[in-house]
Amino acid sequence: MRNFIKLFSFLFLIIILFSQNAFTEEKKKLLDPGWSFKGYFGKFDRASLQRGYQVYTEVCASCHSMKYLSYRNLTEEGGPEFSKEQAKAIAANFEVIDGPNDDGEMFTRPAKLSDKFVNPYQNDKEAMASNGGAYPPDFSVLVKARSGGADYIYSLLLGYEDPPSNVILDDGVYYNKYMYGNMIRMPNPLSDGLIEYNDGTEATEEQMAKDLVTFLSWAAEPHLEARHKIGFKAIVYLIILTILAYFSMKRLWSRVESKV
Amino acid sequence: MSDHNYVPSSKLGKWFNDRLPLLSLSAHLSEYPTPKNLNYWWTFGGILTFCLVAQIITGIVLAMHYVAHVDLAFASVEHIMRDVNYGWLLRYFHANGASMFFLAVYIHIFRSLYYGSYKSPREVIWIIGMIIYFLMMMTAFMGYVLPWGQMSFWAATVITNLFSAVPFVGESITNWLWGGFAVDNPTLTRFYALHYLLPFLIFGLVILHIWALHVPGNNNPIGIELKKPSKDTVPFHPYIVIKDLFALLLFLIVFAFFVFYAPNILGHADNYIEANPMVTPNHIVPEWYLLPFYAILRSVPDKLFGVIAMFASIFVLVILPWLDTSKVKSAIFRPIYKQFYWILVIDVLILGYMGAMPAEGTYLLIARVATTYYFLHFLIILPILGKKEKTLPIPLSITDPVMGVSPNPDMVKKKEIYN
Repeated sequence: MRNFIKLFSFLFLIIILFSQNAFTEEKKKLLDPGWSFKGYFGKFDRASLQRGYQVYTEVCASCHSMKYLSYRNLTEEGGPEFSKEQAKAIAANFEVIDGPNDDGEMFTRPAKLSDKFVNPYQNDKEAMASNGGAYPPDFSVLVKARSGGADYIYSLLLGYEDPPSNVILDDGVYYNKYMYGNMIRMPNPLSDGLIEYNDGTEATEEQMAKDLVTFLSWAAEPHLEARHKIGFKAIVYLIILTILAYFSMKRLWSRVESKV
Repeated sequence: MSDHNYVPSSKLGKWFNDRLPLLSLSAHLSEYPTPKNLNYWWTFGGILTFCLVAQIITGIVLAMHYVAHVDLAFASVEHIMRDVNYGWLLRYFHANGASMFFLAVYIHIFRSLYYGSYKSPREVIWIIGMIIYFLMMMTAFMGYVLPWGQMSFWAATVITNLFSAVPFVGESITNWLWGGFAVDNPTLTRFYALHYLLPFLIFGLVILHIWALHVPGNNNPIGIELKKPSKDTVPFHPYIVIKDLFALLLFLIVFAFFVFYAPNILGHADNYIEANPMVTPNHIVPEWYLLPFYAILRSVPDKLFGVIAMFASIFVLVILPWLDTSKVKSAIFRPIYKQFYWILVIDVLILGYMGAMPAEGTYLLIARVATTYYFLHFLIILPILGKKEKTLPIPLSITDPVMGVSPNPDMVKKKEIYN
């Protein structure tokens, strides 16, 4: 029995180590500002999520879409939890094409809660043409789509540097020490005091990066809080059940002399 | 199943049982005499059955929300993750369930290797098991393609392209598999159809696997054939049922940890990028459970022979009952085999690690050595070892560990026999 548990946990460890080793190839140390949503009881910081949305909408949204999110998501539990009125007001800032109406015409109207986030470009080609041939990736699942996740994107945002003397950059290409290959088409998007936070927080580069990445992490994993909560209950329940099963087993097997 | 005469107590039961002996079957299953010295490595059969059923149930619900179309598949998975009630739980359970399924199947297979469960009279159980394993790999691979992320697309491209190595008809075969001239919508829809079909084939084979098991009965850690039922056996219910349940619950705790706290750790980040035939990922890697085979494939310089080596690595397992010439089943009584067994385990782990690394330089060299050793183990070492090895004396029964040949008091005390 003890051997079994030992071997089991050994295998378990191997898998975790293995999977981390196998998929984080670049060993460059990523920055970690200490995320509130990591860990077994991790939750998002609501204020940070709301600020993060502000950074997204004022800085990033002119190039980066978030096509899998709807404005209603902003009000949902476990997210930024804007009030319904706030979210409606946010949505109303955007125009969507709807229709056809009874006359067969397409028309534009202000966005509603049920609408998806409005794309900055009509299509991918336009997005690429407007950005020197580089496609600004969609933000909906970006945090899960990069190895290193939240740490990686946070580091990237703060990783702009002057290139070393031996690196020659083309026009419209920037040096970033965390980017794969160190070359990035996006100019440094953040600078101190770039925006004015609604809640009066000082908008330093680090603060904006942290808030934005918190927001993106929620966007990629909107049910993270529910997952952590249910997971804790499920595991406690399983442990209790396991203990009960163990003692029933002991009791039953005491009828035969063999050990279990 | 004719070794007992079950008569239902009620009249209706008897009437029904005479026409369809389901009650006899359930009586057989609960009375089924099982060796009482089975250790916890024997609980993985039950765990695997659970995994299969769980995958089928979560899979059917996911299929209600998934859309198999190149333009919609990725979005429909995001729809499941965001808008379907507990869709995230279903999907993470299903995706991590595949990994847990393979973890369990590898333990199950290596348990067989250690205790010689593939040997006469259990060759058919073993072969059915290997067919199940092969179908599992196909099912898992096709399931990995369905989210239509970058890794899905490129894994599908790499694996289907393997068939182009077949001389003369290779290209026709790949075009036939794709339903076109590249991996595209027809490929996705047929993979979806097969991903839905194969688990039911596996389910049928599992029934055969268990049926074939119930003819000779279980092997056991000391590998002797039991007269059943005897004082060496216990009825399956409740003794084995409760033990399997306990082990399953332990397994589920690990499972739940992955689902709730590290749901993406076993996957690859690139699969959250929608498939794009124009952009090739830096490293194309399969899921972890296929890595050893991927390493074998890449360690052969020629494409055709690489493919042959990969399939051969599974095929040597199928013919294993005839490669291992030793009459003694359990590694407990085979001191030299035991050492080779652990070397093989390490060899397969190394192959897995090399499968995740780029195929170049030292990595490639190590992968080649490990591949060679893998085949050496099955094709050379096992046949010779069975003839040369001096095995330890085997007890005649579980309860009275009297040695068959020369009584060896040390062996009697050895804990290994009982746990």
